Amino acid sequence: MTHPMLAIPAALPAGSPWGAQTLAERASASQNLWVTAGYFLLAIVGVTVLLTLLGMVLIYVERKVAAHFQCRIGPKRVGPFGIFQTIADTLKLLFKEDFVPPQADQVLHILAPFLALLVPVVLLALIPYSPMTQIADLNIGILFVTAIGGFGVMGILIAGWSSNNKWSMIGAMRAGAQIISYEISATLALLVIVLFSGTMSLSGIVHSQSEGWWVWRGHAAGFTAFIIYLIASTAELNRTPFDIPEGESELTAGFHTEYSGLRFAFFFLAEFINMFTVSALTATLFLGGWMPFHVGDWAVLNGAMDAIPPGVWFLGKTSAVIFLIMWIRWTFPRLRVDQLMHLEWKVLLPIGIANLLIAAVLVLTNFYPFPH
Amino acid sequence: MSVRVCTLDDLLHAPLEADSDLTTQEYLVNMGPQHPIAHGSLRIVLRLDGETVKHVLPVPGYVHRGVEKMCEHLTYRQIIPYTDRLDYLSAIMNNWAVARTVEAAAGIETNERIEYIRTIMSELQRLQSHALWWGVTGMDLGAYTAFLYGFREREIIGEIFEETIGARLTMNYIQPGGLMYDIRPDFVAKVKRLIPYLRGCIEQYETLLTGNAIFQERLRNIGILDGAKALALGCTGPVLRASGVPYDLRAIEGYGMYGKVNFNVVVGSVGDCWDRYYVRLEEMRESLRIIEQLIDSIPEGAFSTLHYNADVILPEGTHYGQIETARGVFGVLIVSDGKSGIPYRLHFRSPNFNNLWVVTAIAPGWRIADFISIQSSLDLVVPDIDR
Repeated sequence: MTHPMLAIPAALPAGSPWGAQTLAERASASQNLWVTAGYFLLAIVGVTVLLTLLGMVLIYVERKVAAHFQCRIGPKRVGPFGIFQTIADTLKLLFKEDFVPPQADQVLHILAPFLALLVPVVLLALIPYSPMTQIADLNIGILFVTAIGGFGVMGILIAGWSSNNKWSMIGAMRAGAQIISYEISATLALLVIVLFSGTMSLSGIVHSQSEGWWVWRGHAAGFTAFIIYLIASTAELNRTPFDIPEGESELTAGFHTEYSGLRFAFFFLAEFINMFTVSALTATLFLGGWMPFHVGDWAVLNGAMDAIPPGVWFLGKTSAVIFLIMWIRWTFPRLRVDQLMHLEWKVLLPIGIANLLIAAVLVLTNFYPFPH
Repeated sequence: MSVRVCTLDDLLHAPLEADSDLTTQEYLVNMGPQHPIAHGSLRIVLRLDGETVKHVLPVPGYVHRGVEKMCEHLTYRQIIPYTDRLDYLSAIMNNWAVARTVEAAAGIETNERIEYIRTIMSELQRLQSHALWWGVTGMDLGAYTAFLYGFREREIIGEIFEETIGARLTMNYIQPGGLMYDIRPDFVAKVKRLIPYLRGCIEQYETLLTGNAIFQERLRNIGILDGAKALALGCTGPVLRASGVPYDLRAIEGYGMYGKVNFNVVVGSVGDCWDRYYVRLEEMRESLRIIEQLIDSIPEGAFSTLHYNADVILPEGTHYGQIETARGVFGVLIVSDGKSGIPYRLHFRSPNFNNLWVVTAIAPGWRIADFISIQSSLDLVVPDIDR
């Protein structure tokens, strides 16, 4: 028996905004225009605050994690334990000269960082942080995530193209080839979860995992999809071992070679927010999102697990995935561009397709008791 | 076997069409002088077809300081600090090259204590240099963590140097006729503690990078340099030995104490980047073996047989001496007029200058990322190229 708070909600009780799950539903359920406007404002402020907070925290965490992998201490001078280091870095970037190379395409060069940051910001609105905290839950959630995620490469391509620098151009071309290729595998892995849960809504997927997370409840197919998604999304993030579009030692800084100051910070922030959204999506799709850990009918354990707030569950799972991605980054060397393509088209893609077929057979034969 | 080296002219006037059905244009890029792979200030002009390297031309000279010309106005003792600043990762061995040449030409005798300490210090320096190279190779291939691990060992060895010599980088230690300072009383104990620690570190290197599948993919069968071509290009050091040529001055000439210790000359079989990587790792183990054999039996004696103010005048003629540094053969050619205490002409044969031109022979046809692997496996120190 699941916790009452976690049960899949029936139709919205008429006129009761608190029965709704998401900010968007609450806004549309309200009869008062001002209340609706208030919810919109809350959504905008919420995403902005989350964006800033995530940027600050993730950059600090990355520096600390990297430092400890490298037998260093990391930032410790600015504030207690160096927690204000990110603020100091941001201030430094703010005061830097806003330089656009004279030979660059002025409009596109300025536009690119905003495009790069737009994608993770939109995705932040879709993630179910807890049963009560989600801005919008689309019934085509996964489709929307994939579509918007695919748009992310535009910012990088435009940045590389408009910089009018050969290194930037090589980086952008690499990014284009890489992100578009790995999107296929990522989508195939997502489709496995859509098959299992029978819904595309992110919130619905979380609810479908009340009896077990897909990473093991989907058995081999679920676990394979989890691994494929982790690899493919790391590649989409341009992080080591897939950081060839930046390729520090090869392309100086790849697509953002010509960016400095706050524009560079935007790319940097976009990378970190992307890392969060990818980790949050991994947690939502494969690790049950905010759903507590339940084992069969062990009432005592399940009750104890339910005592932990869903928001904490979500945060814990997301942090674990973030740490995993950081761990990989600070341990692995970089792949070569053709090895990267080989991995995608000759290894991940066939496995992904076979995995999807196996998952489909599993669902069709009702091999596992899926909740429908 | 001859090797043709292309010129800047060849690069600029080669046909722009790529050999593919698609009409793409070849283009030139300057890798450096300011570029992470330059490891300093080295300009390399690449002619690329997409990601594929078509032609490579190194354009050295950005850190040319005219060291050899300056040395023509300095006494042999004063030349020593300038050699520190060539291949700064083999500073002590460069010092030794000058000292060895001068000692042989002027007939200066040294005692066994001096030779013991020179050999131990040189091997420590070789370990330090290879540890740093290992880290930098990791960084070049994207594993940034390796860089700091390499630096960790470099710092620990640097502390031992600092205690005896007072400097960590430009040490100015080996002088004609002896050493600058005697070793500290606890030098032996510290080095003996260091040996098992470094053995553990090399094992750690193996687990962090050597065993990594991506790392192996990036190095194996990349940039194959066969022995004949390596000899034709004048390569020395680990680059030559990785191509299967067992040429190591330590074993051939047996200078210092090298003739009296047991060690293997490590050679590769394929001559690819992987062999150049692994030869260096094995050399670190051999260096530890050499130190282990010497450290317990340093004899008593003076640390210098020559007063620091003594005049050294070489007999008239041309004198040449050489040393195996961490990167290959470092040679010193001195022309003396037989009257003054300064060289009439002086030339350094630096290993990096010859090793640099390997890229022109083996890099074409590989990708940009492979070029990084090749460049990294050559372990170049730019001030040694430009002098």
